[in-house]
Amino acid sequence: MDDNYPTAVEPIGGDPQGQPEMPLLTAQGLSKAFGGIQAVQDAQIDVFKGQIVGLIGPNGAGKTTLFNLLCNFIASDRGRIIFDGEPIQHLPPHQIALQGMIRTFQVARVLSRLSVLDNMLLAAPHQTGERLQNLWWRSHLIRKEERHLKEKAQVILESVGLAPKINDYAGALSGGQRKLLEMARALMADPKLMLLDEPAAGVNPTLINQICEYIQQWNQGGITFLIIEHNMDVIMSLCDRVWVLAEGQNLAVGSPAEIQANPKVLEAYLGQ
Amino acid sequence: MEIGYFVSLALFTTIYALFSLGLSLQWGYTGLINFGHIAFMTIGAYTTIALTLPGFLKEMPQRLIEAYPVLQGQGWLLQLQTILPEQLPLLVAVMIGAGLAAALGLLIGISTLRLREDYLAIVTIGVSEVVRLVALNEEWLTRGPRGVFNYPLPLANWAPSLPVKLAMILLLTLICGWVIWQLWQWLGGQPQGPQRHQQGLLRLLFAGYAVCVAGAALCWWFAFSLSLTIQLPSLLQELLLMVLRLAMVLPAVICGVGIVYARLEQPWHQGRSQPWATHLSLLTLTLGMGLMVMFYGAEVMALYTYSYKAGLLWLLLVTLTVILWQMETWVSSPWGRVLTSIREDEEVAKALGKDVFSYKLQSLMLGGAIAGIAGAFYAWQFDLY
Ligand SMILES: Nc1ncnc2c1ncn2[C@@H]1O[C@H](COP(=O)(O)OP(=O)(O)O)[C@@H](O)[C@H]1O
Ligand SMILES: [Mg+2]
Repeated sequence: MDDNYPTAVEPIGGDPQGQPEMPLLTAQGLSKAFGGIQAVQDAQIDVFKGQIVGLIGPNGAGKTTLFNLLCNFIASDRGRIIFDGEPIQHLPPHQIALQGMIRTFQVARVLSRLSVLDNMLLAAPHQTGERLQNLWWRSHLIRKEERHLKEKAQVILESVGLAPKINDYAGALSGGQRKLLEMARALMADPKLMLLDEPAAGVNPTLINQICEYIQQWNQGGITFLIIEHNMDVIMSLCDRVWVLAEGQNLAVGSPAEIQANPKVLEAYLGQ
Repeated sequence: MEIGYFVSLALFTTIYALFSLGLSLQWGYTGLINFGHIAFMTIGAYTTIALTLPGFLKEMPQRLIEAYPVLQGQGWLLQLQTILPEQLPLLVAVMIGAGLAAALGLLIGISTLRLREDYLAIVTIGVSEVVRLVALNEEWLTRGPRGVFNYPLPLANWAPSLPVKLAMILLLTLICGWVIWQLWQWLGGQPQGPQRHQQGLLRLLFAGYAVCVAGAALCWWFAFSLSLTIQLPSLLQELLLMVLRLAMVLPAVICGVGIVYARLEQPWHQGRSQPWATHLSLLTLTLGMGLMVMFYGAEVMALYTYSYKAGLLWLLLVTLTVILWQMETWVSSPWGRVLTSIREDEEVAKALGKDVFSYKLQSLMLGGAIAGIAGAFYAWQFDLY
């Protein structure tokens, strides 16, 4: 097994780049089988605060499944997940989201028959108006909150260039715009960690560059990222660290340059 | 009398409007497919009646023991009999009925909401069938197919004075006016801004509509008096009446459709490229507005000469308005936004930190409670004296 884990098994504190002590997200021994298919097996991943971490691997490697396990969208068979110092593997998905870990989907999922603005407003956590009883007693506070959230949504939408579409139905957006909206929406949820599943898939090259810029901007604003991506340029330009998954298992971890030079990774991508 | 017929029709329509309001919350807003909504209504109806019929509730343990002799030795059942009240006030009974309907929603929800939509649909059909069978067969509970009679009705032996009647008519007018106004605003708010040249057309159509409605009323009255005075062969008379009515109602319908389309402010050639569903909904809207004008007229006349059903219809309309208004505030709030997000894609709602299960329960329970209230009115509109 050891040769399958070149650096993944190395103790975290001993990282040459002098990582901060405590990872924001750490998962160990995650496993999930779908019937006979072992989609994820004993996978490990660490994401440190303030980093942009990549997760790569060939198609069917189990990356999306790993995301689903991290957010508890799919219950894991085994494994431990610690987020921000607290174990979260027993929490339902919505509570994990409320803790500050927000995911996007591989195929962008916007709420088609809601306006772009409503898509954004929905994402804000802990709204007073989300409780039915408050609608009677706190209507004033709710209106104030809504105003505040609308301003916030407007600012975010402007920063990603979706402001002209604010009152359109989200279903009327193009594929790339949907990806943008999904990320902007995740941003509305005040995440500590954003899990992006292939943010650049099916997006034109200009927009890919823009998306990379946005991610860097948001990262500087204090949000940590874990990104699944097939586009190596994106990985190279964005990531501080890259985890490689193949056939559900950790294959390698390291800086983007190290990963690119790793023969095992090449072999996994190109086949035996 | 034809007025009575129209009041009954309006009563039925309004009861089902209230009923579908609950369904709209569950299915329309939250996307919970529910084919068994009638179960909520059944529970609301039977509960209200069982709690208000004098002595019915009190004797229930007795009837239960008779139905199931196994329970003979159970002392607590007889004790229950001494605690149970003779009858409850109508309002309290309706509240409890709505509460039990909500409890059914909770039950269905907890047991099935973790299933996918289609399974939920199947279960709701099953539950409604179970409720129907229980109502039919558990005679100690509902008297089964023999039915329940002579239960108390709201405002039944009430004879309002003229000022009260006028106040009721005024409130009714305000409600109807508000609804028409809302529809009107909604139509005008649709895409394609107002166009000046259609203002004149609109006025013309309105005048036409008014003339037609007045004409229809006149003709109705005339035909009615005609049928009293002249003895024509009945078939001929029927035919004559039909032709007379069509001659007056048809232009009104045409004018009504014209008004709706003109308000929409779309050039005709653009309107033709709209999908048929748009036209269908516009025609339905016209029909709804027309029906409302008709029902309004009938109800005003009925209230003036006051009958039980007129009073009940008035009460129901007020209830419907209050519930509709409440529901509008709910669904346009952040709470309602979460419901619609669940309808659109519940995984997204979950990923954004919304407790989908809890919201589904709330929607099912509230929708059920509304149907329960509709059930009470459904029971009350049978005046089985
Ligand atoms: N819900 C599921 N049911 C059965 N098999 C699944 C399910 N989700 C994923 N898989 C399988 O698990 C493996 C990993 O899939 P996935 O995580 O989507 O890969 P990727 O790395 O391309 O995102 C694939 O073989 C896939 O067929
Ligand atoms: Mg994937």
